[in-house]
Amino acid sequence: MIKINQIHKSYVTGKNSLHVLKGIDLEIAAGDMISIMGASGSGKSTLLNILGILDSYDSGEYLLNGLRINRLSERKAAQLRNRMLGFVFQSFNLVSFKNAMENVALPLYYQDVPRKKRNLIAMEYLDRMGLKEWALHLPNELSGGQKQRVAIARALIGKPKVILADEPTGALDSATSLEVMDILQEINATGITVIIVTHEHDIALRTRKTIRITDGNITEIVVN
Amino acid sequence: MFDLDRWQEIYHVLSKNKLRTFLTAFGVFWGIFMLVIMLGSGNGLQRGVTQNFGDMATNSVFIWTQQTSIPYRGFPRGRGYNFDNEDVVAIRHSIPEIKYLAPRLQAGGYQQSNNVIRGLKSGVFNIMGDYPAFNKIDPLNFIKGRFINELDIKDKRKIAVIGSRVVEILFTKNENPISQYIQIQGVYFQVVGIFKSKRNGEQADQENQNIYLPFTTLQQTYNYGNAVGFFSITAQDDIPVSVVEEKTIRLLKKRHSVAPADDAAVGHFNLKKEFDKMQGLFFGIRLLVWIVGTGTLLAGVIGVSNIMLVVVRERTKEIGIQRALGATPWKVISQIIMESVVLTTFAGYFGLVVGVGLLELINFLLGSPGANTEMFVHPGIDFSVAVTALSILVFCGALAGLIPARRAVSVKPIDALRYE
Repeated sequence: MIKINQIHKSYVTGKNSLHVLKGIDLEIAAGDMISIMGASGSGKSTLLNILGILDSYDSGEYLLNGLRINRLSERKAAQLRNRMLGFVFQSFNLVSFKNAMENVALPLYYQDVPRKKRNLIAMEYLDRMGLKEWALHLPNELSGGQKQRVAIARALIGKPKVILADEPTGALDSATSLEVMDILQEINATGITVIIVTHEHDIALRTRKTIRITDGNITEIVVN
Repeated sequence: MFDLDRWQEIYHVLSKNKLRTFLTAFGVFWGIFMLVIMLGSGNGLQRGVTQNFGDMATNSVFIWTQQTSIPYRGFPRGRGYNFDNEDVVAIRHSIPEIKYLAPRLQAGGYQQSNNVIRGLKSGVFNIMGDYPAFNKIDPLNFIKGRFINELDIKDKRKIAVIGSRVVEILFTKNENPISQYIQIQGVYFQVVGIFKSKRNGEQADQENQNIYLPFTTLQQTYNYGNAVGFFSITAQDDIPVSVVEEKTIRLLKKRHSVAPADDAAVGHFNLKKEFDKMQGLFFGIRLLVWIVGTGTLLAGVIGVSNIMLVVVRERTKEIGIQRALGATPWKVISQIIMESVVLTTFAGYFGLVVGVGLLELINFLLGSPGANTEMFVHPGIDFSVAVTALSILVFCGALAGLIPARRAVSVKPIDALRYE
């Protein structure tokens, strides 16, 4: 599903250049569930952002589902994100003025699905997350766990091939964290590739493979 | 293409900081409001001044005699002379560019004792001797009856055409003046027409006190011989009046032994020139109004652009989320432009309505009795101007949103997402 060869990425600020990724090679098969671990500043988030086409890379090659991702137009990138990828963030990133249902329906809105239809589909996904009763609530009326489940429903509604989760449990207590991991495992069981960036061991242990990144290099791949 | 999500977002953005939105909208409101008020006032002024011309043919010239200033052919300087009936024939004969030629005589009236009497009533009025053509050059509004015609001139009939003020003074309310007789400087004339001036203010009051007699009747009745007071001349439609003016003056100088270079001997007034000057003035006023008005409007629109920049900055993260979920740059740009257009159009439309409302109120007050409306008549703006102003607004609104919108999509999605 995902194949990257010799990815390099540097951040240039003025005269200083920070070499964050120093030639990453990685292959992730369809339906896999992997975690990426590493110290803060190791480049794990940068890698995830490149995989999510949210950031560009300097050199190397990135194939997503066989498609070369390199210097895409912002329009094409947006369409690919919309159709292929689902994002789950640490801080949920729900749109504050839209209720739970509208937030979930957002990716379909960008596919120009009619409002009635996309809201109906959004209700289905909310139901799967056990949040049907909360559909008309605004994000600030939901608990952290509820927000993250809304975010996951939103990530799923576009029927993506890959879910990218950046510290999905970072802002949650341990009980809720377990719930969220259960959901992510269920999603993976339906055949969707799941990639989680985390620094928590017990989270990483619930994935099939853990990739450890140190100073911009993959230092270890552990099969859990 | 009603898109509820779009409007929901617009409402969210504009209502988030209501005071800020109001102040920004006020800038645009004020711009269009000032533009409407100034344009409307300019129009009112123009209409007022133009109405002072009545329906006068603007391609007209008036020519009268003055004292000569150059000795010529044995005549000394400082000689006075009169135009005469033969001049009328000569001008008609040799200058085909003339459309209407109206010789005129005035038989006193100005600052005199009562010169017109009817029974026990009397008054001071201007007595003019005219040809039918005069009503073509400077038309009157006829309430009843008619103006002087060719037969009146030919038969030297003793008939009179009188103004509305004359009627008020010499007749009681229920009387019909037509066919009645009035005594003008000792001679009886029959009233055949009543008119009202097409001008406004003082000029109208003065014209309404005029009495018109057939030119030939006046000449004979009051012993003017064959003298002519002055000529009113209108040029043919496709000929500039200055050509006619020059030709006529040259002819008259020759006929009365006036030195060709003697500019002081023949008085003349070219209405077209005055009219053009006035038109130039109004053009200048309008230009100034548009410059000031659009300047004010521009300031308002720049205010909108500024606020949209702030809004975009505030919403950086939110826009980042939308882009991560698949919002294309066009979707983001069009959304921001639409917010800007909605704000400008709404504020501008409001300014337009309030401005037009105020003009209508002024209009209403001007129409009330006792209002002095000589220089200011029916202020208002054309519908087409209003539509133009509104479309300029929509365009400016779009332009105001363009820079912030481009700013919004110029950052990488990941930088937008990380923005705090």
